[in-house]
Amino acid sequence: METIITILVGVLVTVAVYLLLSKSLVRVILGTAILSHAVHLLLMTMGGLKKGAVPLLGENAESYTDALPQALILTAIVISFAVTSFLLVLAYRTYKETGSDNLATLRGFKDE
Amino acid sequence: MNNILVMPMIIPLLTGVLLVFIRSYVLIQRVFSLVSIAVTVAVSVTILNLIQSDGILRLDFGGWLPPYGISFVADSFSMLLVLTTAIVTGILLIYAFSSIGRAHENMFFYPFVFFLIAGVNGSFLTGDLFNLFVCFEVMLLSSYVLITLGGRKVQLVESIKYISINVLSSWFFLVGIAYLYGTVGTLNMAHLSVRIAEVGQGPLLTVISIIFLIVFSLKSGLLLYFWLPGSYSAPPTVVAALFGALLTKVGIYAMFRVFTLIFYHEPGVTHLIIGIMAAITMIGGSIGAIAYNDIRKIVSYNVVIAVGFILVGLAVSTEVAIQGSIYYLIHDMIIKALLFVIAGTMIYLTGTARIQNMSGLIRNYPLLGWLFFITMLSLAGIPPLSGFIGKVYVGQGAIEAGAFVLLAIAFLSSIFVLYSLLRIFLNCFWGETIINEDDDVPLKKGMLIPMVLFGILTIALGVGAEGLAPYVSDAARTLMNPEIYIDAVLNSDS
Repeated sequence: METIITILVGVLVTVAVYLLLSKSLVRVILGTAILSHAVHLLLMTMGGLKKGAVPLLGENAESYTDALPQALILTAIVISFAVTSFLLVLAYRTYKETGSDNLATLRGFKDE
Repeated sequence: MNNILVMPMIIPLLTGVLLVFIRSYVLIQRVFSLVSIAVTVAVSVTILNLIQSDGILRLDFGGWLPPYGISFVADSFSMLLVLTTAIVTGILLIYAFSSIGRAHENMFFYPFVFFLIAGVNGSFLTGDLFNLFVCFEVMLLSSYVLITLGGRKVQLVESIKYISINVLSSWFFLVGIAYLYGTVGTLNMAHLSVRIAEVGQGPLLTVISIIFLIVFSLKSGLLLYFWLPGSYSAPPTVVAALFGALLTKVGIYAMFRVFTLIFYHEPGVTHLIIGIMAAITMIGGSIGAIAYNDIRKIVSYNVVIAVGFILVGLAVSTEVAIQGSIYYLIHDMIIKALLFVIAGTMIYLTGTARIQNMSGLIRNYPLLGWLFFITMLSLAGIPPLSGFIGKVYVGQGAIEAGAFVLLAIAFLSSIFVLYSLLRIFLNCFWGETIINEDDDVPLKKGMLIPMVLFGILTIALGVGAEGLAPYVSDAARTLMNPEIYIDAVLNSDS
């Protein structure tokens, strides 16, 4: 199972890198979103996928699943959610101000 | 109980939240923010002195003992930086009162400055790697808001790059954390250090350490500084000064912490890479600093040079060199704030950022000119001022370790710093006065006072380095002997 998820992470990173390298601003933002999903999956896989019972006292199981990676992912998801929404608003404002969402035309600036 | 440890983070956080609700009352906001910063300074001084008597302090949140819970750990190194952060922010706030403008003050400028400080102090104090990531994000999200606030075209365009590059580096941070957790199964820094010492830092762990090196280099602008000059010259003066003084320093702090506490077993690989990166950073920064005519670009490249210089201390990793780096780190936070503020004031006074278009400013604003002169000497490392002691110690450490090439590059870069600033001084302050008395823009008292305060600080830090010495040597001793830190976190009960 871990292998499959790891390959999936690889595919997601590939897609994300492709999107990040494009010139359209919206694609770049989608790229960052997919990139963060990839790393969340990676975090979960590195902590080991489901190996035992729910990590609660009184379950009397022989082994318990490590709950920490899930706590990490939860935090990371919230953060990436906030950053993505901020970036989307920023992209919209930039489009309104400059009339362009093409990164090639958003290069450099002249003295005001 | 060491509940006082959480204060440097919680005071700015609560202040920020409170200020959100009184955004239309600008005067109350100003008073409140100054009081809050003053309290933070007082608390930091208290903790710093407490560490000298009681050793490293620790606070376990929720009573979960390390390595299970998240804890705050305060040693002299982190507290020195927390204290400097609070002082620099306080003075910058005074500058903000007269320069940032009513629109900013009404639109949550102060709250986000405080959220930024909360993130910065949290990063300095935390003893957990994932918590460090979270504090970084608190700091970065506030910086995203601060850099875009105002919404000029330049700011929007530059902040897209700034945010994208930081999202990418945060991604690398998470990748590093994932691999590290998968390999050694803990994220508490002291516990990580113990476990890595047990299993030995093999090639796999060294590769992971290089992922962290990439992350912190992106944040601090070590070699990967290509994003820095653009984004630091876009926002208003105060924000640029805050960024220049604080943000890169957090990356440097994290690098020091990680490469002295956790990954210190393979200096032949990691510290060599840091040394090479520092050398290239100083060369690149020097070229940038003398290549541009835009004053904002010049001061931004000066930040880059300083980052390279501070990391020379980490690269050679002797106790003396680390002491030098700590002195220089404190000095740089103060002097970069002053440099950015002076540059911003010059742009405000003349309405242009090009040095060819300014001339003879010292006639109109003598105090500003002399302050710039002091800044220049301090950055170059002339003896009575604060830059000197750091440079001497870094140099001495580099000689002890036999890193002569690095030493030569480090001291040559100081000459380039001097040259780049001398160019500003000769072009803008000397020469024929082109502003006549009628359209002389008055220099507000509120702008001059913070600059004078910074000037006094840099002189005081240079003359009074003796008073700082016990703290700095304690900080360097803790960094060089990771077992002190580990002992305080894992073995003592607080």
